[in-house]
Amino acid sequence: MPRRLSHKDVAIVGLGWTGSILANELTDAGLEVMAIERGPWRNTATDYPPNYAQDELRYRIRHELFLRPSQTTFTFRNKMSETALPIRNWGAFMPPNGVGGGGVHWNAETWRFLPSDFVLRTHLTKRYGAHFLPADMTIQDWGVTYAELEPHYDRFEYLCGTCGQAGNLQGKILEGGNPFEGPRSRPYPNPPQTQPFSHTLFAQAARQLGYKPFPQPSGNLSQAYRNPLGVRQGQCSYCGFCEWFGCGNYSKASPQTTILPVLVRKPNFTARDQCEVTRINLDPSGRRATGVTFVDATGQEWEQPADVVLLCAYTIFNVQLLLLSNIGQPYDPLANRGVIGRNFTHQTISDVVSFFDPKKFIFNPFIASGAIGMCIDEFNGDNFDHGPHGFVGGGYMGQVQTNGRPIETTPVPPGTPKWGTKWKQAVKENYLSATKPGTGVHGSMYSYRDVYLDLDPSYKDRFGRPLVRITMDFHENELKQNRFLTDRFAEIFQAMGARQMDKQYRRAPYDIADYQTTHLCGGAIMGTDPKTSALNRYLQSWDVPNLFVIGANAFPQNAGYNPTGTVAALAYWSAEAIRSRYLKSPGPLVQA
Amino acid sequence: MGDGVRRRDVLTGAALALVSGAAARAGVIKGDLPWRPDAVSPPPRVEPGPWQFFTPEELPTIEALADRIIPPDPETPGGKDAGCVVFLDRQLAGAYGSAEGLYDRGPFIQGVEQQGPQSSKTPAQTYRAALQALDQYCRDGGGNGIPRGRRFAELAPNEQDEVLHGLEGGTVHLPGLEAKHFFITLVKDIQDGFFADPIYGGNRDMCAWKMIGFPGARYDYRDWVSRHNERYPLPPVSIGGRAEWTPRQR
Repeated sequence: MPRRLSHKDVAIVGLGWTGSILANELTDAGLEVMAIERGPWRNTATDYPPNYAQDELRYRIRHELFLRPSQTTFTFRNKMSETALPIRNWGAFMPPNGVGGGGVHWNAETWRFLPSDFVLRTHLTKRYGAHFLPADMTIQDWGVTYAELEPHYDRFEYLCGTCGQAGNLQGKILEGGNPFEGPRSRPYPNPPQTQPFSHTLFAQAARQLGYKPFPQPSGNLSQAYRNPLGVRQGQCSYCGFCEWFGCGNYSKASPQTTILPVLVRKPNFTARDQCEVTRINLDPSGRRATGVTFVDATGQEWEQPADVVLLCAYTIFNVQLLLLSNIGQPYDPLANRGVIGRNFTHQTISDVVSFFDPKKFIFNPFIASGAIGMCIDEFNGDNFDHGPHGFVGGGYMGQVQTNGRPIETTPVPPGTPKWGTKWKQAVKENYLSATKPGTGVHGSMYSYRDVYLDLDPSYKDRFGRPLVRITMDFHENELKQNRFLTDRFAEIFQAMGARQMDKQYRRAPYDIADYQTTHLCGGAIMGTDPKTSALNRYLQSWDVPNLFVIGANAFPQNAGYNPTGTVAALAYWSAEAIRSRYLKSPGPLVQA
Repeated sequence: MGDGVRRRDVLTGAALALVSGAAARAGVIKGDLPWRPDAVSPPPRVEPGPWQFFTPEELPTIEALADRIIPPDPETPGGKDAGCVVFLDRQLAGAYGSAEGLYDRGPFIQGVEQQGPQSSKTPAQTYRAALQALDQYCRDGGGNGIPRGRRFAELAPNEQDEVLHGLEGGTVHLPGLEAKHFFITLVKDIQDGFFADPIYGGNRDMCAWKMIGFPGARYDYRDWVSRHNERYPLPPVSIGGRAEWTPRQR
């Protein structure tokens, strides 16, 4: 029998970025908040201090900071006609685990989506006509606009101390920033990071080709910073151990370095770590959540009663809890009905690895940070005329190389053997004079009728619950997009003086073992119609109004940027709606 | 950390945690950051000593493989002398070898390539079977015109390479094994040992890092980030320090 804990105003599932933001906002409003986190507590001094954080084998290759598939995983197939098989070791993406969530191991690339991204179907239909979109593409408008989210993007950037150069300040286009970005109300809180050699050279070449390069917005700090909550961070040391690693310098924005030191000290906040929520409990009507059930590290089951439940776990786990708790109608792609599992997306990433004359170029690739880089945005979203190209979507591209860690980043020219004397010689010759941006082309992935999540019929987790089944493949629109963008990207490296290039186009079929990014989106999306969305514009469940589901699960489709800035902006947007409207009159914030 | 005024609270919390120990934690975090002094988890350092995974029978084979994947040259040792076999020995005897933390529930069904590895065998089981099968393949003459009766380690380097090309190209089959997949894993593991921090047993004296010019665990390049196109001047350091820093045995 589950043991019952005392009632709280709010139960939060997952203490990563969104859980930390919501907990801080709602404790400020005077509510009693309990956050329940599956993984362990993590902090700099114990988990990744600067005397052993720089361990490529432990953190990058053996996945120290991530969820273990033995705890839970997903099954995967490309097509509905195939049998899905379990992901036994992580590949295409890396689900986080522990307090801080993905905020511990991310690169801290802190982007905003374009204004047109939020009204995507309306915008594209108006510009190109409805016939221009593939028939099975299920893109939607978000139900929220860039203008509405702007103050919330701004709050997150000032929380993190994001470093960058504004390109559009209250409508005025500024030199050196991204001229395509939506208007921002004030400049970034910190100046851009210093750019190493290859990143600088990329920007010069891009400028020669007529593009407008700008520094990637970075949550690795260019200087010491004290945020509005009074929490301090130090200057980034360009150590080259950022993504997949925790930061030993307190210089990467994470819940640990921006919110938790304040949140944890509040008397109305409690967290439980190593506790996995197994379901959301509903009253007999099925229209009201009464709290959550979770299992602690000893196997003891607990019930946490609460007035409001916030799902703040990773994208797919939010969707899984909805499915396992029978909240919302599961999506059926054949009937094209239902909402839970619908519009699932990832990203369309590719890379160009370039080789330069070692006598002329010393790039020192190990001098880098997670969000270092010079980018261009000419080929993102609808920043260019798609008419002649026959596809929609796009992405930023840039020399965003984050590291020279030698297990991962010892590129050799195409045609080199993978082992033996020639391989060894090529590694030695090219290490200092090659560029490997990693996720150089950061393309969008739009949503399709046959790309979705549901519960697997045979594979189970350690509690005997069904795993989530991913059905996903690339569609021709994304592959066309990627060919076009990768070729434009390669032209810039050509202009930099590369003597050889390896254009690594993204190809079908979608491969679950091949890392892209951890930017999985959708499955419980926001929108204006309960028939085609699980959540209303405030991320409130249409079916259970005292449940909010906060994360990239709400994206109706993915844009050509890293998602965290938008995830956090949605978290603040939702928190404001809860504080200013829901608490005064608990119930649906939008009438269906 | 937050405001300086909070520091006293942190210290009080830490002292309490020391007094009441783990029971005070019990998965509940309230009032203070759950921080305790000296609560660190440094990586276990590989110490010299007996082999933990490889048998005397297997050693010549895996050492020969390591030296074909990373052959020695006048400036940099090969896989064997760089310690890649020591690295792999400790990895296979540990969490990697037993596939700890991976999803191991059945049914095990062979899917398509893009569904990822689906083997029910752990890396330790695969190596055990594959090294024996490889030697047997060589003893049997392999079908490549190699004279019968010699083990892999007893072949000439060019003959060894021929066998490895066969594994890589899918023309050499080992009974009961996915030979091509095993070879990809083997190459990856030996190269991982070559480039990983020397505390794991490979990359002896940071030889691989010296070969390419990687400064290792230095962690701070603020003084060099703006020095474009200049070679970084300092030698590498490991998480375990540098030989020059370690007091000599007297």
